Amino acid sequence: MSFAPATMPWFAAHEWRLIWRDGVAMMTGGYPARRIALTVMLAVITVVLHLLANAIVGPWADAGIVADKSTLVLITGTGFLFWTVMLSQALESVTRAYYGRADLDLLFSSPASSRAVFAVRTGITAITTLLLACLLASPIVDVLAFHAGPQWLMAYLALAALSAIATALSVLITVALFRIAGPKRTRLIAQIIAAIVGAGFVIGIQAVAILHFGNMSRFALLQDPAFVDAAPALDSLVWAPAKAALGDWLALAGIVVVGAAALVGTIAFASSSFGRHAIAAAGVAQQHVAHAYGPVSFKSRSQKQQLRVKEWKLLARDPWLLSQTLMQVFYLVPPALYLWISYGKTAGTFVVVIPVLVMAAGQLSGGLSWLAISGEDAHDLVVTAPVSPFAVLTAKIEAVGVVLAVLFAPVVVLMLFASVSLALITAVFIAISSGSATAIQLWFRVPMRRAMFRRRQVASRVSTIAEALSSVFWAGTAVLTGGQQWLALLPAVLAVITLSVAWSLSPKGKRV
Amino acid sequence: MSEPAFALDIAGLNKSFDRPVVKDLHLRVKAGEFYALLGPNGAGKTTILRMVAGLLQPEAGSISVFGIDTRREPLKAKSIIAWVSDEPMVYDRLTPYEYLEFVAGLWNIDARTAQARSTELIGWLGLAPHAHERCGGFSKGMLQKVALAGALVHDPKLIILDEPLTGLDAGSARQVKQVLLDKVKAGVTVIMTTHILEVAERMAERIGVINHGRLVAEGTLAELRAMIGRETTLEEIFLDLVAQKEMDTDPAVDAAA
Repeated sequence: MSFAPATMPWFAAHEWRLIWRDGVAMMTGGYPARRIALTVMLAVITVVLHLLANAIVGPWADAGIVADKSTLVLITGTGFLFWTVMLSQALESVTRAYYGRADLDLLFSSPASSRAVFAVRTGITAITTLLLACLLASPIVDVLAFHAGPQWLMAYLALAALSAIATALSVLITVALFRIAGPKRTRLIAQIIAAIVGAGFVIGIQAVAILHFGNMSRFALLQDPAFVDAAPALDSLVWAPAKAALGDWLALAGIVVVGAAALVGTIAFASSSFGRHAIAAAGVAQQHVAHAYGPVSFKSRSQKQQLRVKEWKLLARDPWLLSQTLMQVFYLVPPALYLWISYGKTAGTFVVVIPVLVMAAGQLSGGLSWLAISGEDAHDLVVTAPVSPFAVLTAKIEAVGVVLAVLFAPVVVLMLFASVSLALITAVFIAISSGSATAIQLWFRVPMRRAMFRRRQVASRVSTIAEALSSVFWAGTAVLTGGQQWLALLPAVLAVITLSVAWSLSPKGKRV
Repeated sequence: MSEPAFALDIAGLNKSFDRPVVKDLHLRVKAGEFYALLGPNGAGKTTILRMVAGLLQPEAGSISVFGIDTRREPLKAKSIIAWVSDEPMVYDRLTPYEYLEFVAGLWNIDARTAQARSTELIGWLGLAPHAHERCGGFSKGMLQKVALAGALVHDPKLIILDEPLTGLDAGSARQVKQVLLDKVKAGVTVIMTTHILEVAERMAERIGVINHGRLVAEGTLAELRAMIGRETTLEEIFLDLVAQKEMDTDPAVDAAA
């Protein structure tokens, strides 16, 4: 089907083509032959997730779901968790629409309407946000539809409305930031807001659960009778999304209308300023800001020290990384809070925080290692310098190690007051988990610009999956070791197998 | 021990990607010489220079820089080479001073010397007003000048430049050319690829023409003119040599370069 050039459908078709090709390239790592393997893998993952959801939600659905207040609180709370993730994702996508320069220069220099471009990109943000939400929620929704009736499929429409609201809100936040903070700071602030929103709600209710109920379950608060009693009455509009998901047609129609109106209204409101703000964002790169400085004073450092200092400077000056690190640090808040509250109680309770720390270490280490090892903007410079490749790599790994030590040492020290053995176990597995993630990044290193961080998965799906799996398995090993169980050997073996498979699939020997 | 006569001595160099890119190349550049390497797109110029700089491994042949075998003693060779590519190797989030401090550190230059040289280079290249700004917002020309300063801060004996003038305005190009000529006067060897034949004609003492991964002609401008038997411009000579070679060479040789 072809559309008249420069119309909204024409732009939409163009955008979809790019997104599709981008997505396929990302998933297949640029090898079309991997499509079949990818399809099989996705099918397997879908089945596994549905089986998992069936095990968790199935019994609850079979017992009969009554649309009482406690059910509405639980669905609304869980739905709000999804929505915060959607809002975080939408905010990031909308910011990219303003700051991504890939083709904006071409589009703005053409006689095409910037309003049409904005409308299409905002609409696509809403759709991609919905797809993410569907990806996360579909196992639960499908299982509920299977056990409790097809009316649960209406939850997808409710999700569509919520994604439209999340996108509209993201546009409004971005426009407000442009007006208040200016184009130079909008991206950084938006990224930080996205990180806080993404992690904030889940951490917030976890923190409340720790403070009031003494455990880390995020559902403790949502299932607390006192909290349910204090929630608004059944006829409150707050429950509309939950009622829509439960099959209430009127509530569904209401939130769909609100979602569509919010999105259309926001597009109409913000599209007129899109061109202006996007051009202002482009101008940011041209601004030369001299930072406060004293007299120039070069420091005497060894080659490795120079490399480490350079890495730290670049990490500290990377706003996107800052927001990502901030998010990881947020996830450390509940365990730290739990340790603080539980101080003086039995050491056994601390076991629950170990996997959180080990997982976070693995994930953070993977990102930082990619930036330091693969994300080298001056790759040729470093390779042509009279420094051995081994020295370069060890310096970069040391730089990452120091950052991780600074982030995790305080929590481990806090643990020492409660249990020396558990603190040691945590420290050891933080080191192993982050070491594994770093090793994977080393095996799959491909020189790229740091700006490509978002697309590092393009380099290799295997490394991304291996990184995630090894973190999970080491977290499992750590918690079982903390609980003094022989079963700890099982995830440890799985972690080693994961690393072995990753090593065997890595493009070793192909680099200079 | 006396200084070797050749800054660069390449013998029997071969490199293939999906097809041969450099084929049995022999090339010698005298110490203190300004040498321009010319060739059509895909001729293999960049591949050759990247092998010299240690960015690619040759499949066969030897490369020696001032008598140092780059494969046997890579670090020793690298310590006297500077590499400047057409894509400036600069960090967006470092200032020119921070960048030069980092580069000097990589080449083990002591801090005091590095600072003095950096200040001199920054002034020389007209970067002083921007010396404390992060490079992220710099124009291509400014970035290229920062990269050039980085290449010079460790006082190399051999400077290899791959299309260093691409995208530079007339003023920046003149500054870069002047810096290079000054370096040659001071005894440094410069090897440069360029598509701007006028630059090669005016600056280079000797010119090598690469086509399909082979050195098809080499000499001073006068020698090249004598080779084709006409008193003409370098552009005419270059086109003549390349066209002549096209007629008797396998066209599939170098597309991968």
